[in-house]
Amino acid sequence: MSKFLKVLTGAALLTASAAHAEFGLGRDATPDEVAAWNIDIRPDGQGLPEGSGDVYTGEELWLENCSVCHGDFAEGAGRWPVLAGGFGSLKSDRPVKTIGSYWPYLSTVYDYVNRAMPFGNAQSLSADDVYALTAYLMYSNDLVDDEFELSKENFLEVQMPNEPNFILDDRLETEFPLFTVEACMEGCKDSVEITKRAAFIDVTPDGAGGGDLEGGGGAPAAAAEAPAAEEAPVAEQAPTADGEVAAEAPAALDMALVAEGEGNFRQCKSCHQVGEGAKNRSGPVLNGVVGRTAGIVDGFRYSGDMTDAGAGGLVWTQEELTSFLADPKAYMPGTKMTFRGVRDEADIAGIIEYLKSFPE
Amino acid sequence: MIDQFKGMKPSRRAFLRGAAAAGVAVAGTKAAAEGEAQILNKQPWNQALGAGVDESPYGMPSKFEAGVVRKNVPWLTAESISSINFTPIHELDGIITPNGLCFERHHGGAAEIDPAEHRIMINGLVDRELVFTMEDLMRFPRENHVYFLECAANSGMEWRGAQLNGCQFTHGMIHNVMYTGVPLRLLLEEAGVKTEGKWLLAEGADASGMTRSIPMEKALDDCLVAFKMNGEALRAEQGYPVRLVVPGWEGNMWIKWLRRLEVGDQPWHHREETSKYTDLLGDGQARRFTWEMDAKSVITSPSPQKPITHGKGPLVITGLAWSGRGTIPRVDITIDGGINWMQARMDGPSLDKSMHRFYYEIDWDGAPLLLQSRAHDSTGYVQPTKDQLRSVRGLNSIYHNNGIQTWAVNSDGVAENVEIS
Repeated sequence: MSKFLKVLTGAALLTASAAHAEFGLGRDATPDEVAAWNIDIRPDGQGLPEGSGDVYTGEELWLENCSVCHGDFAEGAGRWPVLAGGFGSLKSDRPVKTIGSYWPYLSTVYDYVNRAMPFGNAQSLSADDVYALTAYLMYSNDLVDDEFELSKENFLEVQMPNEPNFILDDRLETEFPLFTVEACMEGCKDSVEITKRAAFIDVTPDGAGGGDLEGGGGAPAAAAEAPAAEEAPVAEQAPTADGEVAAEAPAALDMALVAEGEGNFRQCKSCHQVGEGAKNRSGPVLNGVVGRTAGIVDGFRYSGDMTDAGAGGLVWTQEELTSFLADPKAYMPGTKMTFRGVRDEADIAGIIEYLKSFPE
Repeated sequence: MIDQFKGMKPSRRAFLRGAAAAGVAVAGTKAAAEGEAQILNKQPWNQALGAGVDESPYGMPSKFEAGVVRKNVPWLTAESISSINFTPIHELDGIITPNGLCFERHHGGAAEIDPAEHRIMINGLVDRELVFTMEDLMRFPRENHVYFLECAANSGMEWRGAQLNGCQFTHGMIHNVMYTGVPLRLLLEEAGVKTEGKWLLAEGADASGMTRSIPMEKALDDCLVAFKMNGEALRAEQGYPVRLVVPGWEGNMWIKWLRRLEVGDQPWHHREETSKYTDLLGDGQARRFTWEMDAKSVITSPSPQKPITHGKGPLVITGLAWSGRGTIPRVDITIDGGINWMQARMDGPSLDKSMHRFYYEIDWDGAPLLLQSRAHDSTGYVQPTKDQLRSVRGLNSIYHNNGIQTWAVNSDGVAENVEIS
């Protein structure tokens, strides 16, 4: 009797574990099949493959595969996502949410590059490639120096700066008490005025239908400024004219060229800061650079070549800067500025004019 | 001012005036005839034969409805492959969105997948890692449910102020269809979720490899693995042959072209739940896992793309309301910018986590209107104003904007997207 019971119990257990199979549908996945699809990476490192890659290798891969959309320095081209910089901008009117300024986990970078990039040729990169590109993106965001190598072994040592700023959904505590009060039905306010009008922004696509609006199309749309894709961005409400720049600029400046140069300077911003409170990053502060001796900004570790050039009397005149920016490595082979150069001379002129608007 | 409309008041004089004018046009042939040409003259379709059956084996809308289409906002995205378009909700009525008008959101284009080649894998913390074919999936018991799907970024362009003129653009990242599918719970039970399996990663087969982490509690509650919408197969752009349905939660989680479900003990924090679809607050902190779509409503007509063209008199004001937390028992309407409110008439089915249709009929006196609607959901939550939202979240949130929408209608019946004090 007891023996029989034991057998019975064993059989019952077997049934229960071999299948919750209530329907007996589907088949077992093979280990190779699971390995082929199970590519996801988690913050705790689960899923990271063996491998490694350094910043230099990453830069080569980047220029070949990524820079066409994301810019040479991950500063973003057109409306494609900006991936570098934006530090300290999250509370500002124009937050720039990049890997460095916003993303809470490095594993997300690896996972996303590996699963979805390059755009149109997803899942074509090797594990070493993805480590190298991740390392390059860290470098672009001033999180590591140019000697850095990322690997499965040191991956978990990386803390992303903005991680502590993520909180769980707290709407039930912060919003529900405010939004579950009885609604006013009569005499809820004394008067009503229109405070904002879509017609003044005029970014609605043509042919949307509907009637004509008087006064429509007033202010020029700053739609071109709209941030990229995924987050259904916000076109500028009231274009934030850089009035401060204009106010401080010497009268001799060509302000139209300065404005143009500000746009072109975006490709420099992932390494260089300029303006009030600017600090040395991957590149030196550029306040007052035009007309200054080369290689003398306090606290910046220049290449030997740059320091020597300054000691030898090199001054960043319009002409010298123009040559340097056109092809930095050709101009000064030893420079630490890993930048391919600005192709269009008019763009260079704009950048220099923009830099002139920030005197020492 | 304007009283609520109480009955038809046909303007006989206006009709006769119009008829007399039309009568002049046909006077040459029939001197005595008085009336509209549409009636007095034989029309081509009265005499010539129309198209036979099978002219269009898959039926298309009348050519006179050619303007009722999805539209995008080109400046929003770098190109149209990783992009979004908008449902023309201003042209629709009732609560169901026709399949071809459901807005599209892809991150790597709409994949074209032969269902015979498609597989669904369950792996991770389960007793058995399983693979299903579409045929296997069709052998599980099915359910039918109507649910809205709203993108978390719907109305996101309006966070800082009125920007786009048309509810298609301000509120059109939404659709509402009946899904046929297998409860996700049944598939997970088939594999046997281990006790430490608290999270699910859903993954798409498209070129973006879309992934989202879903808590197991939701996965076992009301999620569906769906293969039909409004009775027919999913459209390619909606995830054919199979997608995840996550009722009431932000659309990005409804993984299209679903190919894999991985069970884990913690969330994955992938791109779409960290870099995107997190709500940046004014103080620089960011909320994550803001899954539920809060109660929201919008007047779809009149609206900027749907002006009043008939002049004074009977006017049907109508719109949509929904909540990711339940049903919508009540919608309030104001025509004076929120000084006084009236309850709208709810009409049609009231289903959990589905769109609801409301109407409010007035006798319009031609005076300018400031129209708003305000949804109340079954939890007691009342749709807030945009300023109320901003006071909590700041200006940079982008996502989950469920604030009250205002349309300013002028005396010509033209409507504009505005904000008011």
